[in-house]
Amino acid sequence: MDEGFLSNVNWDNMLEATWETVYMSSIAIVFTFILGIALGLLLFLTSRNQLWSNPVINWITAAFVNIFRSIPFIILIILLIPFTVAILNTMLGPQAALPALIIGAAPFYARLVEIGLREVDKGVIEAARSMGSNQFQIVFKVLLPESMPALISGITVTSIALVGYTAMAGVIGAGGLGDLAYRDGFQRNNADVTLVATVITLVIVFIFQGIGDLLTRKLDKR
Amino acid sequence: MIRINDVSKVFKTKAASINAVQNVDLNIEQGEIFGIIGYSGAGKSTLIRLLNLLEVPSNGSIKIADYDMMALRGKELRKARQEISMIFQHFNLLWSRTVRQNIAYPLEIAGVPSAKRKARVDELIQLVGLEGRGDAYPSQLSGGQKQRVGIARALANNPKVLLCDEATSALDPKTTSQILDLLYDINQKLGLTIVLITHEMHVIHKICGRVAVMEDGKVVEQGAVLDVFRNPSEEITRAFVKQITENDESLEVIEDQLDDANGTVVKLTFIGERTEKPFVSELIRDVDIDVNILQGNIARTKDGSYGTLFISLEGSEDKVKAALAFLENHEVQAEVITHG
Ligand SMILES: Nc1ncnc2c1ncn2[C@@H]1O[C@H](COP(=O)(O)OP(=O)(O)OP(=O)(O)O)[C@@H](O)[C@H]1O
Ligand SMILES: [Mg+2]
Repeated sequence: MDEGFLSNVNWDNMLEATWETVYMSSIAIVFTFILGIALGLLLFLTSRNQLWSNPVINWITAAFVNIFRSIPFIILIILLIPFTVAILNTMLGPQAALPALIIGAAPFYARLVEIGLREVDKGVIEAARSMGSNQFQIVFKVLLPESMPALISGITVTSIALVGYTAMAGVIGAGGLGDLAYRDGFQRNNADVTLVATVITLVIVFIFQGIGDLLTRKLDKR
Repeated sequence: MIRINDVSKVFKTKAASINAVQNVDLNIEQGEIFGIIGYSGAGKSTLIRLLNLLEVPSNGSIKIADYDMMALRGKELRKARQEISMIFQHFNLLWSRTVRQNIAYPLEIAGVPSAKRKARVDELIQLVGLEGRGDAYPSQLSGGQKQRVGIARALANNPKVLLCDEATSALDPKTTSQILDLLYDINQKLGLTIVLITHEMHVIHKICGRVAVMEDGKVVEQGAVLDVFRNPSEEITRAFVKQITENDESLEVIEDQLDDANGTVVKLTFIGERTEKPFVSELIRDVDIDVNILQGNIARTKDGSYGTLFISLEGSEDKVKAALAFLENHEVQAEVITHG
């Protein structure tokens, strides 16, 4: 079997696995971004002395975030199987991993969003209020734009964790590079497959990191 | 224009309740520049933030223009706030927006269509003297320029009242002076009513017509700037007057000179006096006495001169007496420090 370097790599499979990883990560990043910002806003706005200051809602949101942030991802995937089947009607292919990926990553990101929003200058919010802004305008014209560099660098960190999570999604048959490295590489003892899958994963991570850094730098006018 | 009636604000914290503002009554007229001076913690910021209801009064009533502020809710309050603008010590600009976009913000809030917005922003940039800096971000501006953006932004919706919370406290003296000139110009040009808070006397005497002195949440004294500062009835007001009439430096220097000086050392204090008339030469001529100027620190402002002048009168006892009488006749506040 072992006839030379990379001889065990089936490039079609590798390409497909790469595509699956990119697909899972990208869709999950988009939804994590949206859900995480929504949760982060809720955490921030309901906290003390903020616009919607509400201890009960704040407590419930924080509890939700903390619980889902603490469950190990591999267990979360399994716990979420019934939920995934209910909403996607299937447990096959990369999209089956999406609910777990998003629900696993969004609470983590929500905390980063909350930290980012706390950094927004209180005086600026006060100025916006003094000019007659309503709450919607304060959120969309002040809070989010002013914290955007933090939100982007936060989603960059999260997206890298997400690429890592996708590697575990093989457990439920979602495919991807992690799955290929485990089944084709580790179980069949093809070190070159593992190596190539690892290198491709690293490239994906670097690309995400690069895009995130670029955006953060471009947006940060402070 | 602004009627503040028996307004108080109590902050309830776990440890204690703080009476930040207590039973304040103020009437501020259309088109005037009204100053509120007090030390840190006197409740100035709290008072000015009560005016646009950034802080809700614990009791009392506030009327601005035709608005009964405390009766306003939601949309009405936000509408009223567009007519009661505010500028801040730390400018509070959105760093993610350019100068133009910052100035456009209140116009967006007011729903001004974008073509009109652009024209208005151009006008405002010109008004505050920021031509050519429209596409800069706040981080690329000096403090004075940032405050100009703050002023332009505050004026965007043609407000009736401009509230200034320590608007020059983060600026150097020269820039402070420029910003105060700009505020004065705007007040003259647009007839805008300005309420200005500060802990610095020179800000008050530079542009304010009337002043209220605040201490421990209460207004302890108020009236026309010259009246209040010529005849201060409270200790704190006297302390503020000293801020402009003497600085510690000049006192130290004069103390060193006192021993050496022969003659009677007199301290002359000017609070808004017309010192154009050459009273020193008149004094020398009329009384026939030698006058030696030891130390002086006088600033001329739009309504007279402020400062102190230490002189030594050298002559016979009668001449000195005559000189003091001369000063009294000329309404110069004179205080004998040592007799020679
Ligand atoms: N949100 C708040 N909660 C509790 N106490 C407050 C609050 N805001 C102000 N205070 C208290 O009210 C008092 C007056 O504060 P304020 O900020 O109005 O003073 P100031 O005259 O503006 O002082 P400075 O010159 O330092 O700005 C202070 O004792 C302050 O601690
Ligand atoms: Mg203050």
